[in-house]
Amino acid sequence: MHELSIACSLVKAAVDEATRHGVTHIAKVDVVLGALAGVEMDALMFCFPAVARGTLLEGARLEVEIEPARGHCGGCGADSEVRDFMSACPSCGAWPIGIEGGREMRLRALEV
Amino acid sequence: MCGTCGCGSPVSAHDHAHADAHGHVHGHDHARGHAKAKAPGPRTVIEIEHALLAENDRHAALNRGLFNRRHTRAFNFISSPGAGKTTLLEKTLTALRARQVGCAVIEGDQATDLDSQRIARTGVSVFQIETGRSCHLDAQQVQHALSHLDVPERGLLFIENVGNLICPTEFKLGEHERVTIVSVAEGHDKPAKYPLAFRNATAIVISKMDLLPHVDFDIVEARRLIAGLNPKAPVFELSAREGDGMDDWVSWLQRRVHTES
Repeated sequence: MHELSIACSLVKAAVDEATRHGVTHIAKVDVVLGALAGVEMDALMFCFPAVARGTLLEGARLEVEIEPARGHCGGCGADSEVRDFMSACPSCGAWPIGIEGGREMRLRALEV
Repeated sequence: MCGTCGCGSPVSAHDHAHADAHGHVHGHDHARGHAKAKAPGPRTVIEIEHALLAENDRHAALNRGLFNRRHTRAFNFISSPGAGKTTLLEKTLTALRARQVGCAVIEGDQATDLDSQRIARTGVSVFQIETGRSCHLDAQQVQHALSHLDVPERGLLFIENVGNLICPTEFKLGEHERVTIVSVAEGHDKPAKYPLAFRNATAIVISKMDLLPHVDFDIVEARRLIAGLNPKAPVFELSAREGDGMDDWVSWLQRRVHTES
């Protein structure tokens, strides 16, 4: 359940940014998660309100956008969107395929 | 209460969070959630690009700096509970001592200092982190441990993470090398089930090889999955208990002492 640690990092980063901008309440937090980041989104959503309680983020909405990873098959050359590391090439069925991106975890914006 | 995860969080945060998390499959209170989202009044958006684990990464970089100043190479050992990390470490430390390589160990466990007691008997400087409720080590805990430890010059520092193949993979500790260990007493499909732990490793150990004749572990399949996920990492098949394969492993570690980051 490392999503609790990630929720704590998220709240701390958002509070720091809000404080830096002189903001006293945050309505929405935008986060980008790579499809291959080792984060269970339901678990993160579950932790967030509890961690946010008593901070500038209390009651804020958390919106998570999943950023897909890009796959490239070395065999047939097909490009694809990759959902997990075990994804085979959708075109020829080969595994493994080259994977790029999808590991991001970042706080993108605050809506106040 | 949320029917998906069972949480009883406040409505405003909860609805919206779950609207994103599960799409619109959730039955509860979306009308109120969306009405609130579209409330009139100007909204200001502050654009930020901030890595979520930036704080952990900052501490990890400080740890790395300390290791580099001492020319000591740091290893993060990751495995399921019971894969044999501590036994492997005990035998490895004894072998490295015979080769005059200075070592130190940080032990991570949810509770007890049983592992650090075992390591201390090898004569190596060791510090135990008891993580309590946490399922992984983070860089700040390691930073704290380092202040209690005799970190050798031109040696090796081993960090035994909490037994868990999921959570530790996302948290850098400042290590140069990440070693993922899987025992033949586990399923050969472990790499497919926990791909990140294998994908991010700089070396992979298949442990308890002495048990191979007694279990259904398909080593060819395990090696195929590992090679697919991580073709670059060397794979060591060994038995810490019987000693088979230990020489290659210890020699590889010894060669890492003088590897610059």
